[in-house]
Amino acid sequence: MIKRITSRLIIVLSTVLFMGTAYGVIDSYEFSTPEQEQRFFELTNELRCPKCQNQSIGDSNAPIAQDLRREVHRLLNEGADNQTVIDFMLARYGDFVLYKPRIAGVNLVLWLGPLLLLLAGLTVLIVVVRKHKATASESAPAAPDQHNADKELLDKKLNRFLTDYLSTHSSKDNKTDGKE
Amino acid sequence: MKRRLQLFLPLAIFLGLCLMFYVALFRENPGELPSALLDQPLPTFELPTVKNPDRKVTRENLLGEVALINVWATWCPACRVEHPYLVDLANKGVPIYGVNYKDDQPEARKWLKTLHDPYRFSINDNSGSLGIDLGVYGAPETYLIDHQGVIRYKHVGIVDANVWKNDLEPRFRHLQKQVLQAHANNREGEAK
Repeated sequence: MIKRITSRLIIVLSTVLFMGTAYGVIDSYEFSTPEQEQRFFELTNELRCPKCQNQSIGDSNAPIAQDLRREVHRLLNEGADNQTVIDFMLARYGDFVLYKPRIAGVNLVLWLGPLLLLLAGLTVLIVVVRKHKATASESAPAAPDQHNADKELLDKKLNRFLTDYLSTHSSKDNKTDGKE
Repeated sequence: MKRRLQLFLPLAIFLGLCLMFYVALFRENPGELPSALLDQPLPTFELPTVKNPDRKVTRENLLGEVALINVWATWCPACRVEHPYLVDLANKGVPIYGVNYKDDQPEARKWLKTLHDPYRFSINDNSGSLGIDLGVYGAPETYLIDHQGVIRYKHVGIVDANVWKNDLEPRFRHLQKQVLQAHANNREGEAK
């Protein structure tokens, strides 16, 4: 019984697991070479569909994605290289169509921002650690000196107190002795 | 005192991040992309019009005046919503050209007949190639071009009284003024 349930579970789970790998879109494009076909799939997966916001044009069935796939195919057939296709899309739809943003212009913030933040964090960390070390090394040798000075002062005070106390008490004792 | 202020630094950074996320997440229209064609000349094309399939129009037919180019289609419900307002604008004398984007031609002709035609002419962009050259990603879209055919502004979505008053009209009037001034300067130059 349990065996049957587990085997069924495995079948269901494996179906669910492998569902995602299917391509969303099937077109019938003809390519002159397998290499060109490869580039077509690379490009359509790298270019983002402008209407659907979070799908590549190879993944989306939106009319605009279909048109853009057709354009990519046309350009490749005309012998365009990948950069030409990407420039074609950039000129029309801007940086948005690239899943891999260019390292230029405003995008530099994207590329360098995390690095700058990391550097800033490191600087702060180094400064804090150095400060901490400096105060620690300053106070460490000072501590025994301070301690000794305090001890001496304490000893002196204690001595004075004791002598005072003893002297007053001994005189008191003398007085009471005298009364008795 | 300085140390006290330093303690607020993390809070300030946190609030800055909050502001950034707020602006990014609650934009008025998150679907709107900045047009890559701003301040670029209109693409070249040669296409028939909707009303007259034998007539071929090109980029040159759109030049000479500050004008609107409206991308529309009968399959686009939002286009139907904005259509009456475009008719109003056309009646006020605003030059509007249509780009009939990937549409059924008999349907498009019927639409223009029954809902009135605000366009000087509508370009029949059956394959959507002009749309791609313009960076269209959904209808309706409306472009503002100057008299030399340079794209000056792009509005994605419905054009209504609000959009016209706030976004399009100020730019439209400003461009018109520039054109008039340029003409006046030319005439002065010729007189001299």
